[in-house]
Amino acid sequence: MQSDNLTSASERGSSGPRVRRPLPSWVSTTALLMPTYGWLTLAVFLPLLTMLVFSFMAATPMGKAPIVLTLKQYRAFIDQPYLLGIAFTSLLIGFWTTFACAVFGFLAAVALARSTFGKTREMLLILILLPFWTNGLVRIFSWTMVLRENGFLDTIFHMVLPDAGSIGFLYTRYAVVVGLVHGYLPYMILTCYIALVTIDDAIIEAAASLGARWWTILFKILVPMAAPGLISGAVLTFIPVIGSFMEPRILGGRVGVTMGTVIEDQFTQAFNWPLGASLSFTLLAVVLAIFGTFSGVLRRGTAA
Amino acid sequence: MTSLGRFYLIAVLVFLYTPILVMMAMGFNASPLYELPFSFSTRWYEALWNNNILLTAGMNSIIIAVITAAVATALGTMASVALSRSTFRGKSFLQIMLLPPIAIPWLITGTAMLIFFYWTGIGRGMHAIIIGHVALAIPYVVLVVGTGFRTIRADLEEAAMSLGSTPVHAFFSVTLPLLYPSILGAALFAFAVSLDQFVISYFLATPGFTTLPVQIYSSIRKGFTPEINAISTVLLLGSMTVILIFARFAKPGETRDKR
Repeated sequence: MQSDNLTSASERGSSGPRVRRPLPSWVSTTALLMPTYGWLTLAVFLPLLTMLVFSFMAATPMGKAPIVLTLKQYRAFIDQPYLLGIAFTSLLIGFWTTFACAVFGFLAAVALARSTFGKTREMLLILILLPFWTNGLVRIFSWTMVLRENGFLDTIFHMVLPDAGSIGFLYTRYAVVVGLVHGYLPYMILTCYIALVTIDDAIIEAAASLGARWWTILFKILVPMAAPGLISGAVLTFIPVIGSFMEPRILGGRVGVTMGTVIEDQFTQAFNWPLGASLSFTLLAVVLAIFGTFSGVLRRGTAA
Repeated sequence: MTSLGRFYLIAVLVFLYTPILVMMAMGFNASPLYELPFSFSTRWYEALWNNNILLTAGMNSIIIAVITAAVATALGTMASVALSRSTFRGKSFLQIMLLPPIAIPWLITGTAMLIFFYWTGIGRGMHAIIIGHVALAIPYVVLVVGTGFRTIRADLEEAAMSLGSTPVHAFFSVTLPLLYPSILGAALFAFAVSLDQFVISYFLATPGFTTLPVQIYSSIRKGFTPEINAISTVLLLGSMTVILIFARFAKPGETRDKR
């Protein structure tokens, strides 16, 4: 529509005597797009291709050592069975984080859409989203002070029960999940909220006037109608969570070994880049499979 | 129902802000081991003032964020103009190609950049981090400016051209001023993305050149002191301010009303 206006305008313009004939539009379009896509090619697409090549190498190419191609990096899960357990842990952490975000986030979005109005709603939405745009590392670090023994949580707990033991659970997988939920909850609330505000109040009022209880309204009306928001929120939580490494490192301590920390180790400690690359690519395959499965829902989510 | 909902939202806010507030408070606690009872002190802020490693890293972060914001906004705005104002074959493919930098976990993108930059001799350090940050920020700029474009009526530019203005002149004198709030918002957004970016910087940093989040991460792993709380507080308040200013500028509805 816009481009139609534009072409008709330029045609009219070029017929006028004072106007120079403009360059064909593809020239300007290409010139405008080149820098961005050139940059993305250099910084993202070529690196991903190079990583694919590296994942077939026998060892990190150092100096003049000949490059040997092999498939052994992709057999890591067979050769090193402990990786299977780590992969399972990562998926489990991803699942629980996503599940907790979905339950708490959806309810928060319902509360936001149904019991707040005007300025209050605007302010609450900004307050909820603000932490999402601050440094994730710093927020994860701040949880260590709450969850550690004799930390903030313990102090509050001991005010009520002075003689009880510690309830601090830093350096457990629960701590990792709490930290990750903290990181992605605002995002889930936002996607669910966007889906929920489009639901017509009249539908809910009709259900209520016909005697539907709140849980009937929740599970029979709100959840199905807001499903696209819920699913895109879940996908966009699960994907970064299974690729996380600093959250399990800082909050999980010794039990915080995930695919993310294994990959980080291959690049920063073990210097086994080919193995790191093949594990990264396995992770990327999982990510792409998830995107492929939910692409229809995600596209509808972004179009809205 | 309404009061229950509000109570629940307050509980969510308590969950979101408790750790942040505890961390900020601990930066003013005298004990180096985060021990309670709380006794007010500014010693960690004073120590921070003399901590050249953290201050240098902080300066690096700001320089990189400014450069990233400038470059990403320029490139992203150009691309957004092309994507919003013309139709051509493969346009939707190009739009999809903006997603990988946002959607693929940074761990994967970061390690891939490390391999590629090492292999091609680009190397690591400041320039490599800037290349990475700009790539991450461009998609956000295109999205934000593209949203701004949708609030501008195309017929204003058309009117200018039918009155004898060249397309380029019409763009700079009509469209760009209308787009200005979105572009400024996009620049702030890119600045915040770069300032908070840890993963990519982590893989591309060198022992001699780090950014603030990378330096904080290594301090946490080495055993931390409340100086980290002090600098973290400064960093959090800084990015919260930038985002609040962004929210002020990038409200599409508001810009239309003001005109």
